[in-house]
Amino acid sequence: MKKVIEIVNIIDTAKVYAELSDAKSGGICVFVGAVREFTNNEEVVALEFETYKSMALKEMEKIADRALEKWSLNKVVMRHAVGEKGVEEPVVVVGASSAHRDACFEACRFLIDTLKETVPIWKKEKFKNKTVWVSAHP
Amino acid sequence: MNVLFFGITKDIVGSSEISFSDGFKPVNVAELKKHLIDSYPEFSKLNSLAVAVNSEYADDNVSLMGNEEIAIIPPVSGG
Repeated sequence: MKKVIEIVNIIDTAKVYAELSDAKSGGICVFVGAVREFTNNEEVVALEFETYKSMALKEMEKIADRALEKWSLNKVVMRHAVGEKGVEEPVVVVGASSAHRDACFEACRFLIDTLKETVPIWKKEKFKNKTVWVSAHP
Repeated sequence: MNVLFFGITKDIVGSSEISFSDGFKPVNVAELKKHLIDSYPEFSKLNSLAVAVNSEYADDNVSLMGNEEIAIIPPVSGG
């Protein structure tokens, strides 16, 4: 299968190599987004993700299709987690494989950057004394 | 007409879905947005407010029949 597009409760980062590995691919590039301990010097207890799943999957599908049109890729993976995630837990994995490294490096960057712009997923930062929906307000 | 809310808009409205009990039937996305901003002034403080019709982003001029799945999309923050 050329594309893997998923929204899951728990991300297993060990799966992605087998999903992208391909006899025609000399390069595999993967980005993993994880929960960082501090935001603006404030300690984060957890992040909570929610999604409009049917639309999020459609938007992720569109992004993967655009990447496949733009670069010569053999396989693409886009997987995002939902629910509450603690520090160091993976929340998103995107990756691509291609014959040579340039295509998969560029595509990988495009996949995560575009996902962050258009896919209907929302993140709430939980600090010790407050919670904040990320990017909601100026 | 039912409208779905996510993220901060769900918190503002206090529900993940509402139906307009007053019989309000917007003809397009712009009218729906105006009605929501009038009803929930906090919406106007958000960085952006998009509308999805049948799970696709919809511009202000997209017409509404009343049988679509409509969702309010506050600023996204995945990744």
